Amino acid sequence: MLNVKPTTGPHTTENLSIGGIMRQVIYALIPATLFGLYLFGWPAINLFLITIFSALFFEYFCLKLADKPALPALKDSSALLTAWLLAMSLPPWAPWWVGVIGAGLAIILGKQVYGGLGQNLFNPAMLARVALLISFPLELTTWANVAPWLSESAPDFKTGLHITFMGLDNIDSSTGATVLGYVKTELSQKHPLSASLADIYNSNNAWLGFMRGSLSETSAILLILGGGWLLFKKIITWHIPLSIIISVALISAVFHALNPEIYLSPSVHLSSGALMCAAFFIATDYVTSPNTPLGQLIFGSACGLLIFTIRTWGGYPEGAAFAILLMNALTPLIDHYVKPRIYGRDRQGRPLEL
Amino acid sequence: MISLMQSFRIRGGVHPDPKKTATTDLSIASDFPLPKKLYIPLQQHVGKPAEPVVRVGDYVYKGQLLAHSQGMISAPVHAPSSGVVTDIADYPAPHPSALPIRTVFMETDGKDAWQLLQTHTDPFALSAEEISLRVGAAGVVGMGGATFPAAVKLNLGRKNKISTLLINGGECEPYLTCDDRLMQESADGIIDGIRIMLHGMETPQAIVGIEDNKPAAFRAMKNAAADYRQIEVRQVPTHYPMGWDRQLIRYLTGKEVPADGRATDVGVLMHNVATAYAIHKAIRHNRPLVDRVVTIAGGAAGSPGNIWVPIGTLISELLDYCRVNRTRMARLVMGGPMMGDALPIAELPVVKATSGILALTQDEITRGSEQACIRCARCISACPAGLLPVDMANRIRSNQLESAVDIGLKDCISCGSCSYVCPSNIPLVHYFKYAAGELAARQQAQHKTEQTKKLIDERNKRIERIEKQKAEEAARELAAKVAKYTADQAEQVI
Ligand code: SF4
Ligand code: SF4
Repeated sequence: MLNVKPTTGPHTTENLSIGGIMRQVIYALIPATLFGLYLFGWPAINLFLITIFSALFFEYFCLKLADKPALPALKDSSALLTAWLLAMSLPPWAPWWVGVIGAGLAIILGKQVYGGLGQNLFNPAMLARVALLISFPLELTTWANVAPWLSESAPDFKTGLHITFMGLDNIDSSTGATVLGYVKTELSQKHPLSASLADIYNSNNAWLGFMRGSLSETSAILLILGGGWLLFKKIITWHIPLSIIISVALISAVFHALNPEIYLSPSVHLSSGALMCAAFFIATDYVTSPNTPLGQLIFGSACGLLIFTIRTWGGYPEGAAFAILLMNALTPLIDHYVKPRIYGRDRQGRPLEL
Repeated sequence: MISLMQSFRIRGGVHPDPKKTATTDLSIASDFPLPKKLYIPLQQHVGKPAEPVVRVGDYVYKGQLLAHSQGMISAPVHAPSSGVVTDIADYPAPHPSALPIRTVFMETDGKDAWQLLQTHTDPFALSAEEISLRVGAAGVVGMGGATFPAAVKLNLGRKNKISTLLINGGECEPYLTCDDRLMQESADGIIDGIRIMLHGMETPQAIVGIEDNKPAAFRAMKNAAADYRQIEVRQVPTHYPMGWDRQLIRYLTGKEVPADGRATDVGVLMHNVATAYAIHKAIRHNRPLVDRVVTIAGGAAGSPGNIWVPIGTLISELLDYCRVNRTRMARLVMGGPMMGDALPIAELPVVKATSGILALTQDEITRGSEQACIRCARCISACPAGLLPVDMANRIRSNQLESAVDIGLKDCISCGSCSYVCPSNIPLVHYFKYAAGELAARQQAQHKTEQTKKLIDERNKRIERIEKQKAEEAARELAAKVAKYTADQAEQVI
């Protein structure tokens, strides 16, 4: 390391820290999270807490193992945020070990093996999410019905514990498919969308969030609200979220216009799945997204394109996690080719001509 | 109103808390007691140091020449007050290293007696050459911190057929208000200085750019310039680093200076408002540059303000005058907090470039410890030069200095915007300055080895030549001998 005695400027800095940034993101997630916990009740709360505490434990454990000071790293809230995002992407009634294994995958495989914060190539939460989906397809595609807190169908505290720790065995009737999953199965049986969609999709409910799905998927509106907060606080810029949303909307509009019986409308695409969460909270991850505004626009549009492609023609109904991981892998490439223009030089770095 | 088109011309930059309210409404104080001793460094400009023309024991009047300029780029130094030269020796310079440089020590006699009669000259009766000669003789240098001799710039302007003179009234550094106050109080003098410069450069027009957080200065300057159609006073957005000449040039003229070029290549030259005022005083009143306005501010300053200070005054005396609480002062900075230098001691003289002295408290400078980069790209969007600070820092960290140059290290202007915004407290600018210094050192070392090699080569060649000559001579001698022998033999035969 260099000897950096502060003899030259700047002698002042903006009042912003890594922890400050992470906490703003968490604040922005709170409305959608609370709503999700309200919709899915005790089992969701259990899973949420388990995932977060496991992640903090793994973070502590890894840092101790590497002989690094653990407290400052824990304080920067980055592990907390990763776990939070992971928990939000899980089926809310998944068993306890899904949270534990997921947290372990995210922290150890997604972050610490690369050398810790800032070094990873892939978004840790999405890496864990996809690894879980591939390893435990059943648990990861069992979606709880919406059963708001204190409503008749909501499990009480004891049932909640049972679901989290003993499984869903005798409560099967309270699960089903997500919108995207359902229409995918229907389409594979050559049922037109006009028939299948009516059973499961209600536009208002979808935008508000009264739908089956993971914690993060439910309320597009609350997620947009949180994203707006991050934009307002200048934690993120508009480039990635907007390019994702616009590209998904545009592509789906074109295909929907071509054949509305096979291709979902932009509204269904935008209101379902982890799209809004991905657009505002996951694709915008600093570490794994490009550095320049133009690079971010390319990244975002490609993410949108991939999300649509995977949802429409891929093996999984869920496109966001895969799309983001794929684009994470391309980020270094984008950063290599898309650089800002240096003052007084052209894009190739040659001095401007007079 | 700032048009949308123009705001697209601003790239990068940051908005540090201006912190100017402490001093912006206080008139410039001129009752600062004359120091008993003055320490006048002989190099207060870029270029060669000045050569003393006085001797120890000499009595000098205020404004009398102490040292004349040497070489093409240099500026003379004058006595800031009247008194006796007590020594000419090395003394620490106001620089983080406090390395000693040649300095004239003076004991003032309290009379503050001017050498020159206050003759008033009509600048517009002088030729353009005469103007720059006089500006040069008055020791005026760029007072915004660049300290480039003003006369050299005027000549440059005349040679390059400059179309627009830009006057920087930006003062984008936090805390500093010396230019702001000068504009408020001496707008007429500044405008006069600008007219003189235009005359001296044979340039048709001038644009004064003033940040929009200085409305009083803007009004004063606008009024002062009202009668002169060739001078336009414009507001520019408050934005750091608006004082960077290339940022201001692009904003005000829309032109971009090529990377390997100078401002003159696009027909523009920039001077600072304080320089314009110094030129006004030099030409109108025959007063060389012997004092300047200094902002003293910072959390530890009990009574911050702007003061007319004689060059050579010890900063410690200014601190006492402004009731700086030394125990609260965690860092002493000369210049602004973005680009200024931290000084190791306060017993250093004020020089022509000293725009501000900041006594900063721990709260004002606190930054946490350095953490891992989270690739947030804030440094990239903050960079007005369009560089990738994070990538450059990474390359420097792994000692790939050349590859840092490849991605623009030499285009960095050390403005500090990147360090300012980094949430991980990575001292990016320090890396860049370190790398630049290291590269220069390496180049020098390389130059030295090459020089040595050349000398050795030459020596070898010389030896070779001598050997060859010797061999040739020997061969000639031998041939002569043989010839003689054959001749002798022939003689015998006959
Ligand atoms: S601002 Fe700091 S943390 Fe962010 S990318 Fe630049 S160096 Fe890294
Ligand atoms: S210090 Fe250099 S790299 Fe940093 S913002 Fe300024 S010009 Fe860019």
